[in-house]
This record gives sequence, structure tokens and C-alpha cells, in this order.
Amino acid sequence: MSIVDLKRKANLIRQDIITMLVPAKAGHPGGSLSAADIVATLYFKEMRINPQEPNWADRDRFVLSKGHAAPVLYAALAEKGYFPKDELLGLRQTGRMLQGHPDMKRTPGVDMSSGSLGQGLSVANGMALAGKLDKKDYRVYVLLGDGEVAEGQVWEAAMAAAHYKLDNLTAILDYNGLQIDGPTDSVMSSAPLADKWRAFCWNVIEVDGHDIEALEKAFAEAKQVKGKPTILIAKTVKGKGVSFMENQVGWHGSAPNAEQAEQALKELREEGLSLG
Amino acid sequence: MTKIAPRQAYGEELVRLGQENPDIVVLDADVAKASMTYLFKEKFPERFFDLGISESDIVGTGAGFAVAGKIPFINAYANFLLGNGWEQIHISVAYANQNVKIVGHNIGASSGKDGPTHLPFEDIALMRVLPGIMIVEPADAIEMRKAVRAAAQHQGPIYLRVGRLPVPLVTCEEDPFELGKARILREGQDVTIIATGAMVAKGLEAAEELASLGISAEVINLHTIKPLDEETLLRSVQKTGAVVTAEEHTILGGMGSAVAELLVEEFPVPLQRVGVKDRFAVCAPYDELHNILGLTAKAITQSVQRVIRKNRQ
Ligand SMILES: Cc1ncc(C[n+]2csc(CCOP(=O)(O)OP(=O)(O)O)c2C)c(N)n1
Ligand SMILES: [Mg+2]
Repeated sequence: MSIVDLKRKANLIRQDIITMLVPAKAGHPGGSLSAADIVATLYFKEMRINPQEPNWADRDRFVLSKGHAAPVLYAALAEKGYFPKDELLGLRQTGRMLQGHPDMKRTPGVDMSSGSLGQGLSVANGMALAGKLDKKDYRVYVLLGDGEVAEGQVWEAAMAAAHYKLDNLTAILDYNGLQIDGPTDSVMSSAPLADKWRAFCWNVIEVDGHDIEALEKAFAEAKQVKGKPTILIAKTVKGKGVSFMENQVGWHGSAPNAEQAEQALKELREEGLSLG
Repeated sequence: MTKIAPRQAYGEELVRLGQENPDIVVLDADVAKASMTYLFKEKFPERFFDLGISESDIVGTGAGFAVAGKIPFINAYANFLLGNGWEQIHISVAYANQNVKIVGHNIGASSGKDGPTHLPFEDIALMRVLPGIMIVEPADAIEMRKAVRAAAQHQGPIYLRVGRLPVPLVTCEEDPFELGKARILREGQDVTIIATGAMVAKGLEAAEELASLGISAEVINLHTIKPLDEETLLRSVQKTGAVVTAEEHTILGGMGSAVAELLVEEFPVPLQRVGVKDRFAVCAPYDELHNILGLTAKAITQSVQRVIRKNRQ
């Protein structure tokens, strides 16, 4: 898929995120929007997957460790054809498929249940180790938050991934600078992130998490690196694409009302049109 | 009926305590808005510590504060705090017997629409198995204020369960409150309803309904789940001969289990536990989720009818 087509996908994913959060009346727009370009690049370019066969044994895997960003994953899965787009409007509704946080038992295409922060990298390690054991060439991707990495388990897993030379694993850190209680630098500074991961013997690529061309290049480099796991430290803007949500800590975990959504969608549609 | 969120009372009382006692320190794990400890932070920034999203670390740090003579209140969502932090609570708090106030937020169905990853229905069970930790779940906001105050005065580890959403006021300012002492809210002859937290209001509602059916129910507010007030419970059950427990928690290992363990050894009578029946929840708003999981006045009423029927057989 061409760069501009990927940009269109990312734009559609952003629109879907806003649209599904309105009837849900709750959920996390900020960290979903910040990850939209990353997730679009993964699902529409990078990953070897088949929506007709969600449990295909040779597929690439994706673990959404920052599970509260479920809307971005759901939007990508729906755009990709894992389930009808109508389902998005059932987000968080009683009896519907799309739970507030990803549930692999209910939703085709979700490779791992998540929502309790800190657990995803360990799970990704397990998948990557199993892939090596089975001599399969699938790759494992895992998306982490920059507030999430305060969890000790992340660093236990970081050590293990390097120790076991998991070069079939690529982590992406959504470096949007915000968590719930405020800017990450004032709540619990995780900087310098690149140096930390380098010290843990990872291949580190610092990248603009909204530059799809750069993301593509980074994922390609990660595939070439042997003997080490790779992490993309992806600099992003929380709420990216919706002017009044950008860099606003208050939009971490509250849904837009109909009026706010209309404003957001207007901006996103304009951006979509500008892509031609 | 007036409804107030227990967490509101918690956050406000913590500020008052902070004013009175300079040894009180408050720790949070990136949920200061939800836990309402941001009120304390605004007043006493130098005694407030956000440790970010690290629920195991916050427990250990709290233990260290306690060893150094402070009175730490450590806050996070109950499932993450007691789940991630359990081994730290086990050793650094319980085994070391340190004066840490463990405060679990968003309990039960509070965050219904976030779904099962965010719904603590197992926390009482996780704490009950640890020697020496007191477990407290107040019935309403008035009792919450008294409980926070009592927790600060109590020497030793304590687990306080705090709900997010408004619940009806079922106690009064004048009511006495003592940790470890159950309160009889309504006297009755035919059955004892033992409830905790948000289920107390539903127990009282069930008792009303039962009265109209000619059944006289005693309702006990068991705000302290450990240690159990065995004396009050046994006296009531010896009178009524039938028991229904009600909690916003799994029926495995929680308050109902504690009561059942006591009664089966001391005074076996028909007993039913209202609570979550060994299943995961689903994504649904608070009230709807209570209906789905059977955490209702109706479930209590039906359970009462069952234990009374058993007694007649
Ligand atoms: C173990 C755990 N603790 C706390 C939470 C509550 N929580 C949900 S999102 C969040 C902040 C996440 O910040 P970050 O990782 O930076 O994510 P992003 O900014 O990408 O949304 C917190 C504390 C949780 N889901 N899991
Ligand atoms: Mg962040």
C-alpha cells in the first residue's frame, strides 16, 4: 500500500475512533489517536495477516499492551475486514462484542486480551519464543505506553527479550508525553527512554510516530537486525489529528459528546480530503 | 434518598487528617483524580507522592514510609494494587506488620464500562488470606469518613475498599463507628441479612420488601470483614436461624465465605451468599452490571426465601 493510501487509512481510523466513542460515552481518545499512524502502518503494510483467517498459525501477532487504546485497534480490525464496521457503534455496550478493553475470546483479530498495563511485553516474548521453537517466521509486535513503562514487569520482560535475542519481536513505544495524572515527566519521568532500552541491549530506533514513511523504514530495519529485539521510540502527540484534543491530558479517558465529535470529524474529514 | 460517592468522602477526610497529623503521607499510582487524592495533593504537595503506574513499587515504598514512622495511605485501583502488589503486601506489609493503609479504588462494578480488566471482585479474598490485615468496606459516605479516620488511628495494616459511584446514605452522623464492630441497622426475627458496602442499602431494601411478605429480617452492616465481629453475628444468627450474605465481590473467599466459615464451625444454619458467582463480568454500566451479576435487592429477597424454606423442611 502506498504512503498516501496508508495516510488515508490512518485518517479513517481516526474518524472511526471518534465515531465509536460517542455512543460508548466513555473510553480513551487521546492514546488511541496518538497511535493511529503506527497501527495503520502495521495493519495495512507491515503485518502478514489474513482477516479471513484470524487464527492462522503463521500470522504476525500484535499485542496492544496499552489496552485502553482499544478503539484504535478495533478501528483497524474493522477497516481491515475482521468484522463489520457496524460493530464499532456497539463499543462498551451491554452484550456487544467490543469490550472496553481488548478481549481475545470475543473479538476476531485480537491476539491478546489486555487492559491491565505492564503485561504485554512479557506475552509478546512468549509468542516470539514459541515462534522460534516452532521454526516459524512470524513476527510479533507490541505497543506500549510511555506511562505504562513505569511498571516493573516491562523491564523484566525487556531484559528477557534481549537475553533470548528475540529479533522476531518489535516493540513500539507511544511516546506521547502524557498519562492520567499529567505529563509523564512530572508524574514519573521515564526519560531518557532510548538510553534505557539501549542499556537493556535492544536495537533502538527513534522515529516520528506520525511519519508513516519513517515508520515503514523503521519496521524494515527492525526486520534486518539479527540477534536483538528492536524498539521504536515513536514520538507522538496525544490526541493527534483533533485540534482540541492534542496534548490535552483531560482527553486521556473521556469520550467526546455529539457536538465535540462533529467538530473533530469535520477536522478529520478536511484532513482526509487534503490527502486527495 | 441522598447519594454520595464514597471516594468523595475519602478524599475530603484525608485532607482533614492531613491537617491534624503531619505524619500522614499519601501515595498514588497515576489515578489521583479517580481516587480523589488530588485534594490532598493540592493541600500538602510535599506529603504527596505519585509513583506513576507501578502498583508493586507503591506498596514497597509505603512499607518503607511506615518503617520510618510515617502513616502512608497508598492508592490505586483495587485490582491493580492488590493484584500486582500482592506479594509486596504479603511480605513488606503483612509479614513485616507495617502500618500501611492500603486503599483500593474503583471496587466491584464501579468501572463497569471499562470491562472485566478493570473490575475488582476478588480483592477481599486476596487480602483475607494474609494474617494481620484488617479489611474494611464502609456502607456509605458518612461511614467512609469515620472509617478513614479510624484507619489512620489504628496501628497496623488495613485494607480500605472505596467505591467510585454515589451510593445511598444508610447511616447517620450520630451513629457510633468502631473498627471490628458490626452494626445492626434493622432488627428482625426470621433471617439475618449480612451486607457490606453498597450492598447494605440493597439489604435494607430487601428487608422492606420481605416485611410486606410477612418475613422479619435483621440487617447487619458488616463494615469490617476482618477481623469478624463473631459475637454480634452469632447472637443474631442464634436468634434468626437463617443467613443471607451480600457483597459486591465474588462469593469465593469474600465476606460471605468468612461468615460461612464461622457458622459452619460454630452454629450451622441455612445460608446463601449473594455475590458474583465464579464468573467474569462483562462490559456494562454500573446498575446494569449489578443486575447481570445478581447483585440486587431482589436476589437478596429470593435468597432469604430459599433459606427460610430450607428451615421449614
Ligand atoms: C496496571 C494498571 N494500572 C493502572 C491502570 C489505569 N490506567 C489506564 S490508562 C493509564 C495511563 C496510561 O498512560 P500511558 O501508558 O502513557 O498511555 P497513553 O498516554 O498512550 O494513553 C492508567 C494509569 C491500568 N489500566 N493498569
Ligand atoms: Mg502516554
